[in-house]
Amino acid sequence: MTLVTVFFAMVVMFLVIQNMPGDPVETLAAEISRTENLEITLATQKAISILNYDPNVPTMERLFKYVGGILSGNLGDSLVYRKPVLTLVMGALPWTLLVLTISLSLSFTVGVLMGIFIAWKRSRWLNSALTVWQSIFGSIPEYIVAYLMVFVFAVTLGWLPSRAPYSATVTPGPNWTFISSVINHAILPVMSYFITTVASWTIGMRANALSVLGEDYVAYAQARGLSQKRILISYVGRNSILPMITSLAVSFGFMFGGSPLIENLFLYPGVGYYLNQALSRRDYPLMQGMYFIMIVVVVLSGFLAEKIYAVLNPRLRER
Amino acid sequence: MKKNRSTSSGFRAFFAVIWRNPLSRIGFIILLVFLLMAIFGPLFIPTLKSNYAARLQPPSAGHWLGTDMAGKDVGLQLILGSRDVLLVAAYAASFAILFACVIGIVSGLRGGMVDEALMLFTNVVLTTPSFPMTMILSMVIRTTNPLVFGLLLSLWSWAGLAKAIRSQVLNLKHREFIEASRIMGISQFNIILHDVVPNIVSYIAVNFISIMKNSITASVGLMILGLAPYQGNHWGIMINVAISQTGALLGSGSMTYFLAPVTCLMLFQLGSYFFATGLDEALNPRLRS
Repeated sequence: MTLVTVFFAMVVMFLVIQNMPGDPVETLAAEISRTENLEITLATQKAISILNYDPNVPTMERLFKYVGGILSGNLGDSLVYRKPVLTLVMGALPWTLLVLTISLSLSFTVGVLMGIFIAWKRSRWLNSALTVWQSIFGSIPEYIVAYLMVFVFAVTLGWLPSRAPYSATVTPGPNWTFISSVINHAILPVMSYFITTVASWTIGMRANALSVLGEDYVAYAQARGLSQKRILISYVGRNSILPMITSLAVSFGFMFGGSPLIENLFLYPGVGYYLNQALSRRDYPLMQGMYFIMIVVVVLSGFLAEKIYAVLNPRLRER
Repeated sequence: MKKNRSTSSGFRAFFAVIWRNPLSRIGFIILLVFLLMAIFGPLFIPTLKSNYAARLQPPSAGHWLGTDMAGKDVGLQLILGSRDVLLVAAYAASFAILFACVIGIVSGLRGGMVDEALMLFTNVVLTTPSFPMTMILSMVIRTTNPLVFGLLLSLWSWAGLAKAIRSQVLNLKHREFIEASRIMGISQFNIILHDVVPNIVSYIAVNFISIMKNSITASVGLMILGLAPYQGNHWGIMINVAISQTGALLGSGSMTYFLAPVTCLMLFQLGSYFFATGLDEALNPRLRS
């Protein structure tokens, strides 16, 4: 099923991109004939060989070629960066995954802990604080939050950098200055995701924990005189986290979808940033490559969440 | 399951429920203000003229929210823009709901191969990230027409709703009142119109609001990235210009030019969220206390 989805999504994406107005070969041919004083037919041939893309070949044939290329690990060459798309994808993916996994695990952990705490304490004050937080930050798009944070923390206070994944003065490598610079630069993007998503995890967890707290086995555990800590962790916690696991993948896919805006704002060289670059400069192979990797990662994360769920849920365990 | 009450008392009951819930009351008022602004604002405001002598002014008595980089009044621009914003969002939500209803209902009622094919397609749309796909689609469909722009935004945002409608239809399919209509020989189309749609209408209304909210987010996002062609006074264009051309984030005097559309955007999203909390209760008689 996962493979079928990836395949169909790839075909849909391919057809959409093929139907874009504006022919890259024509554009490049015009440029070549202007700069190198070549005749337009010669320039077109040269453009075709540079781009490895022939507009005269029927779409179906190109689709087969493209699919064949993907199966053998070849995503074509980027027109703008003049590099294999695969290299660019492999360079961009770690940055996106870094920010997304940190913010997802942070908001998941904080949300789950707060949710169970609020459900346990039944505090009215915390409940209304949560509602206010969710109605404000749950309804603002994360890129607006990001803009406001750049304004407050980067421009006005000057505490944190707002551009690039690390500062230009450090040399990339396994040394402490590089790592701390990366962390420093990731704080604002991570916080923009965190602020907008943490409340929904808290609310989901609170609802689950409240329903588990009402179960007979919790009352029985209390009657048996088990410690509060034991009840919270192994009875309430374990059982109410389970349904949240499947939402992880959905949330991850959603955050991945928002990455073009966040990465563009922070000039963070991730998948979304390159997708946006490819779109504005009409770099078709790069576009296809970046969107393809998005689909693959999102589908894989769904698959992974299912597996984790099966491992954690004793009822689904095979004997 | 058809409504026996007359329409007017239905409306009154609807508003009574909306009004009783404080959150949805606030949401309703916010949305109403924006709606009035979008409908009547442009009627009273003449076309704004550029005045380069008065560029990027801070708020003053003459210009309540200051002026933009061409010396136009920001407050008036906001009001003019609200029409574009709401129009695009309403079109997007209508198209998305149309797609979702057709696919969900057909797939649920027909079943079999049709169902499987439609659900495969729906799942593909659902799993692929929607905003990036809308970005790509915006390069194919370049338009300044709000209707077409709304269609563009809806193309990748109907899938979740279609799936939900399908499961509601599957749920309804074998209830007595639909079986009865079928035995009476009422046509499929009439069954859909009179038996199926009334039962999912509250669900659709709540989703209308949330899809509208999401398409505003997406349309502003596209405009900030510069992927949508310039279109009137849309708030997204205002934010784009404020950031890319006046350096609003660098703390220049144009901060109000940036904050004004952002605040409106936030207020609208907040209003939709609040309104939607009471809407389900108001439209679904079974939920009323």
